Amino acid sequence: MSNGNTAISIDSIRLNSLEDLNTLRQNIIDKHDPNKPEVLICHGTGCIANGSVEVIDAFKKICADADIDAKIMPGIKATGCQGLCSKGPLVLIKPQGLFYQKVKASDVEDIIQKTIIKNEPVERLLYKDPKTGKPIKTEEEIPYYSLQKRVILKNIGKIDPTSIHDKIAVGGYQALAKALKTMTPEEVVTEVANSGLRGRGGAGFPTGRKWQGALKAVEKKGGPVYVVVNGDEGDPGAFMDCAIMEGDPHAVLEGLILGAYALGANKGYLYIRAEYPLAVKHLEMAMEQARAHGLLGDNILNSGFSFDAQINRGAGAFVCGESTALFTSIEGKAGTPRPKYVRSVEEGLWGNPTVLNNVETWANIPLIIKKGADWYSSIGTPKSTGTKVFCLVGKVNNVGLVEVPMGTPITKIVDEIGGGIPSGKPFKAVQTGGPSGGCIPNKLKDTPMDFDSLTDAGAMMGSGAMIVMDEHDCVVDIGRYFLRFLEEESCGKCIPCRLGLTKMREILDNFSAGKGKIEDIETLQSLAKAIQDGALCALGTSAPNPCLTTIKFFKDEYLAHINDQKCPAGVCKELITYSIDPDACTGCRSCARLCPENCITGKKKEPHVINADKCIRCGICLETCKFDAVQVN
Amino acid sequence: MIKFNINDTEVEVEPGCTVLEAARQYGIEIPTLCYHESVAPSGACRLCMVELKDGNWSKLVASCIYPAAEGINIYTETERVHNVRKWLFEMLLSKCPGSNEIKEMASKYGVTSTQFPIENTDEKCMLCGLCTRVCEEVVGLSAISIVDRGVHKKIGSPFLVPSDVCVACGCCVTICPTGAMSARIDAVRRTPDVTLTPLAL
Ligand SMILES: Cc1cc2nc3c(=O)[nH]c(=O)nc-3n(C[C@H](O)[C@H](O)[C@H](O)COP(=O)(O)O)c2cc1C
Ligand code: SF4
Ligand code: SF4
Ligand code: SF4
Ligand code: FES
Ligand code: FES
Repeated sequence: MSNGNTAISIDSIRLNSLEDLNTLRQNIIDKHDPNKPEVLICHGTGCIANGSVEVIDAFKKICADADIDAKIMPGIKATGCQGLCSKGPLVLIKPQGLFYQKVKASDVEDIIQKTIIKNEPVERLLYKDPKTGKPIKTEEEIPYYSLQKRVILKNIGKIDPTSIHDKIAVGGYQALAKALKTMTPEEVVTEVANSGLRGRGGAGFPTGRKWQGALKAVEKKGGPVYVVVNGDEGDPGAFMDCAIMEGDPHAVLEGLILGAYALGANKGYLYIRAEYPLAVKHLEMAMEQARAHGLLGDNILNSGFSFDAQINRGAGAFVCGESTALFTSIEGKAGTPRPKYVRSVEEGLWGNPTVLNNVETWANIPLIIKKGADWYSSIGTPKSTGTKVFCLVGKVNNVGLVEVPMGTPITKIVDEIGGGIPSGKPFKAVQTGGPSGGCIPNKLKDTPMDFDSLTDAGAMMGSGAMIVMDEHDCVVDIGRYFLRFLEEESCGKCIPCRLGLTKMREILDNFSAGKGKIEDIETLQSLAKAIQDGALCALGTSAPNPCLTTIKFFKDEYLAHINDQKCPAGVCKELITYSIDPDACTGCRSCARLCPENCITGKKKEPHVINADKCIRCGICLETCKFDAVQVN
Repeated sequence: MIKFNINDTEVEVEPGCTVLEAARQYGIEIPTLCYHESVAPSGACRLCMVELKDGNWSKLVASCIYPAAEGINIYTETERVHNVRKWLFEMLLSKCPGSNEIKEMASKYGVTSTQFPIENTDEKCMLCGLCTRVCEEVVGLSAISIVDRGVHKKIGSPFLVPSDVCVACGCCVTICPTGAMSARIDAVRRTPDVTLTPLAL
């Protein structure tokens, strides 16, 4: 198997009750020796890109070849994203709980010889405290992890996502078994409603209220009801749903089955983004194993309740994540949004009542049922309960998955958990909510990350991407980037979005070329208002947000582009010039050798100069110079 | 019957009626382009936006789809509505400058020029999709459809190859609000296989 896990044979023993499930769980736990070494290698997207597949292969090969006592022969597991992606490939060694970072295939021999055989840590692979430089041995001691509250991510990176037994051992399907045995469907709905859970797909609609709405619709018009997982995640910078589906697929599945039980649905759909083949594979395996164990399909746990689900691969368009477009896509038509003055809980798939929830929303359900609404609502803020998983990306030291209680201030996430920005200066802004969200400046860094506070700031929770920016990011350029993204992703059905976004982007293009006029800012705001008011679906209505928030919070930077033809961040090519500081230049010639236009001249060991007329402002000299002699003006 | 207010005047309509249908019954003008009573509304052009108000809260809704409901307050001529309309007409004037119908309608609402660049002075189609909907829903043929997506959208027969599915009934030409379809019907309809030999006199 490509991800390196040894296939577990699916016990064809069907479970018929909560007691059966508990017996199986006890058997799995008893069979497992907690003192035996185990190597957990991250097989998440980030670590794969950094070479974790080779690390997995090396472990397998070296363990097979080396002369290791059977008693300490380590179990090797490929896991989902362990969280701190920028330090990957990550390897976790049990039972000591050692946390190794940036592990290469060539390090594996050392790990086996030292850690597995001699029980000593490999110092050079340990995480170093960025302030003191002292090595830290275990995950729990690393601030990035200790400052988080990981309930959704708890098992991701710790279990083998392709093994239902791993999941059952950590309590998987307990909530389902409990609900089927002790709760009526109405009680499940009430518990979810009381928990205060709000949808994690972006808009934050109360999940319990959505479910109650669907039940009312069924009462009114009868007919089937469907439950659907929205796994179309497409925001630039967002990968939390991917990590959940890949790393803990049974959590999503258990949530969906619970929802189906609560709503009386017999059929469900998992709509997964086309670019997520591993998520599809792991969910397919999870479903197959759940069926074999009597946890999915006919007569689940012998309760009389039957439910099955199927996977639909996304059509590869961002807009297909929008609820009505997603439904038309599952129905086999082109995924275009339709006007929704009738809510989809009433008329969703094939015109029937349908509950669509986000991946992370579904993954919250088993926790709520298992631990209760009171426990759940004690986390977070009164109006945004529970935790939220964020993807921390951009100019930040620790890039990865972060889970914190709702309402955690931005600065805690970026500066404490994220370790601040690489230059050590304060961050400039954080873009939350992807292309529909907003750009929050450093001066609002105490803004709590919850649905309402973000909306008040003109941004949006969105799916949970947090893109950190420093002083080298230009706000005009950011506005252009997101508009260009949405222009490409617009389905083109309605005029304000199809034509208006292009016009907004063209105005920003002019700004970045130094051709802007002061009146253009007002034009932009008026046009943005028309798009927000006029577009058919939320792709269009929220599209102006990034641009509007940057105007609101960084007006001076816009004015610099317009009035002074300057880009303070040094990004907009037509507004900057490169030059060399003669005092700093050592005449090493590195820049001159790499300049594609050959426009840097000077004698060896003497200060060099850039010919501004020939310079194409590619920035290669700036990146190359080790002496910070290249300046941007 | 359902009673509600349009511009502070009470109107009364059958249940199932849309706000636009109610307005038209009472002679209240709302501009539309992609709406036609013979096909299902699609909400694509957004010209029919009106403001729904409830105390201090308000939002814009597409009147051709929004169902009339008891007690709601609808306003057809507010600042927000005018802002959307103004920009839509400017966009339309740039995208389909060849259409006299659009020009006339825009100037009726006070918009005679556009800040948007004009790409093709002959273009008339605004991709409202009325032609494809009438062909599918009324004629029952789907000889034409919207191909491609986003900014690359166009109207045509499948793969833009003339199709013998089209029976040349002309419904699409009649329903087209911009005059675009009459110029394009020949690209849709396949040339008949039979060539008629002129009668020898
Ligand atoms: C353009 C667009 C893209 C969206 N993409 C996603 C997505 O990828 N995943 C998602 O869960 N919700 C997405 N949504 C939100 C969904 O429409 C919907 O609100 C959500 O799936 C409901 O689930 P929730 O209540 O659990 O959040 C998108 C919305 C829009 C307008
Ligand atoms: S707002 Fe954009 S994506 Fe949504 S329906 Fe209109 S054109 Fe399509
Ligand atoms: S003329 Fe052809 S394309 Fe037009 S409605 Fe009739 S059949 Fe359809
Ligand atoms: S040809 Fe006419 S009816 Fe068809 S989409 Fe274009 S404007 Fe609308
Ligand atoms: S992918 Fe390995 S830590 Fe995220
Ligand atoms: S007429 Fe209502 S959207 Fe076109």
